[in-house]
Amino acid sequence: MNFYMTLKMSFKDILGNKLRTFLTMLGIIIGVSAVIIMVSLVEGATSNVTSSIESMGSNLLTVNIRSGYVNSTNALSYEDIKNLENYESVQYASPVLSGNVTSKYGTTSYDTSLQGIDTSYIYTRNYSVSSGRFIVPLDNEGRNNIALLGADVVEELFSDASPLGEEILLNGTKFKVVGILEESGSTMGGSNDDIIMVPIKTAQRFLQQSNITTIYIQAADADSVGVAEYQLEQYFLKVFKNEEDAFMIFNQSSLLETINEVTGTMAMMLGGIAAISLIVGGIGIMNIMLVSVTERTREIGIRKAIGAKRSSILKQFLIESAVVSGSGGIIGVIIGIGGSYIAGLFTGMPTATPIYIILIAFGFSLLVGIFFGIYPANQAAKLKPVDALRYE
Amino acid sequence: MIKIENVTKTYRMGSIDLTVLNKVSLKVRQGEYVSIIGPSGSGKSTLMNILGCLDIPTTGSYYLDGKEISDYSEDQLSEIRNEKIGFIFQKFNLLPKLSALENVELPLIYRGIPAAERKARTEQLLTDVGLSDRFHHKPTELSGGQQQRVAIARSLAGNPPILLADEPTGNLDTKSGNEVIKIMSEMHEKGKTIILITHDNEMASQANRIVSIRDGIISEEGV
Repeated sequence: MNFYMTLKMSFKDILGNKLRTFLTMLGIIIGVSAVIIMVSLVEGATSNVTSSIESMGSNLLTVNIRSGYVNSTNALSYEDIKNLENYESVQYASPVLSGNVTSKYGTTSYDTSLQGIDTSYIYTRNYSVSSGRFIVPLDNEGRNNIALLGADVVEELFSDASPLGEEILLNGTKFKVVGILEESGSTMGGSNDDIIMVPIKTAQRFLQQSNITTIYIQAADADSVGVAEYQLEQYFLKVFKNEEDAFMIFNQSSLLETINEVTGTMAMMLGGIAAISLIVGGIGIMNIMLVSVTERTREIGIRKAIGAKRSSILKQFLIESAVVSGSGGIIGVIIGIGGSYIAGLFTGMPTATPIYIILIAFGFSLLVGIFFGIYPANQAAKLKPVDALRYE
Repeated sequence: MIKIENVTKTYRMGSIDLTVLNKVSLKVRQGEYVSIIGPSGSGKSTLMNILGCLDIPTTGSYYLDGKEISDYSEDQLSEIRNEKIGFIFQKFNLLPKLSALENVELPLIYRGIPAAERKARTEQLLTDVGLSDRFHHKPTELSGGQQQRVAIARSLAGNPPILLADEPTGNLDTKSGNEVIKIMSEMHEKGKTIILITHDNEMASQANRIVSIRDGIISEEGV
């Protein structure tokens, strides 16, 4: 007997008992959709975090210096930091000086944060201007009073007017607006557009603070990130006389790795828990198949009497349980994709349903059906025709 | 064509061995119409199961077309049943979820006959037994007589040389019963070997040979 006929017969039997079939499928449906939803949520969260980290710049190392350890003998000047670019592994070293400032244009004033930067900031932090120009090296050498405004600041001070070329007051000092920073949206730390940037040397004088506590380092390429990290560590250990607590080097790619590891484990755990419900669903199938074999003992006897072989009966019941679990799997996939979309809407988190998890979940459901169908099918196949025919 | 020699069938009931058939020997030639008659409990159903290759004897031998088949495997016996024996049961034994057409088709499916050929043959058979307007009815939608005619069509589907009928009229009214008896006589005329098992003397007399069985022993073999 061929496969197509067996399949047709299985569908007939399954459709003959719709409610029971549906209830049997339910375990598989819940299992498959749970696996897909769980993994989609984790994947979505992961890619969200990953992309926001990657948007900060690539091959990035961040050095934070604790100001408590800085004194007159070990303070680093702007030039000291720029000298880090002499390392072959380092492409750009970009010092940042942070502070707060009250900005004023006309009668409007607005409190915001201030960063003193230099030209290399474009490369290390993936920053650029949407109009006007960025800070050039000359601005730093001349300690020019020029400023770049973030989109939020533009909106607060100028509303609709163009700020380019206008003069604003920062803590009472005149600055000329030369550029508007391109919007970068908000990440976990809040808005990135609520900021004013000035040349770092101007900031040092203007804020009356010369200690640079943050340095962004871009490594020459992905392979030299590790080398750069090691060389920087040696350098700062020397500067701070082996005081390890004085500074912290923060490696973006190792952070990404850690995040990926954590979320990978999470996806596996959640998926694993959901997979258990698939197995429970499989036991449900086995249970109902055993009932079905008993109920249909006479049918099996008749089939055998007119020439069905063991393998025909075995195939019939195996395909039947595979069809039940496979249909459950397909419904589960549909509910899983829809469910993760809805879950994304409700939690506000982006979700991503990877193709591989759909294939795995569906394949697993099919396997569960076949595996838990083997025992009942074998019970059916080994019934003796005389005994089966006598069964009422 | 059929020859059984010294066939014994013993069932174990707890610690007691129950001998249902005791050294039974029987020969049925090709084209014969044989009745096996006996009261209930005489062992005639067991004899029919063995003759129909549904069961194997405990001891003794069974030659079918000259081949000893008492040590055949279950799958080999399935093949023999499919090709050589058509069954007609007292309770019809149709599959309730399948239509008349699908029921008749079943032996041909297991034999691996292509769909178009199956369909043609099945429709012809059902027409022959007078059910041309009942192709797509389920067994529950048919009368007892009609169900038995579907069962007869099914038994003939594979064109087997032997027909085994176990009380074929037991669940039918007289009129339907007579129709069934008539069809069986027609089949005999067409050259089928027919073995009819019954407890009814009048019905047994349809056959050209009557074998009587009592307490597991064939006591009489008359013409």
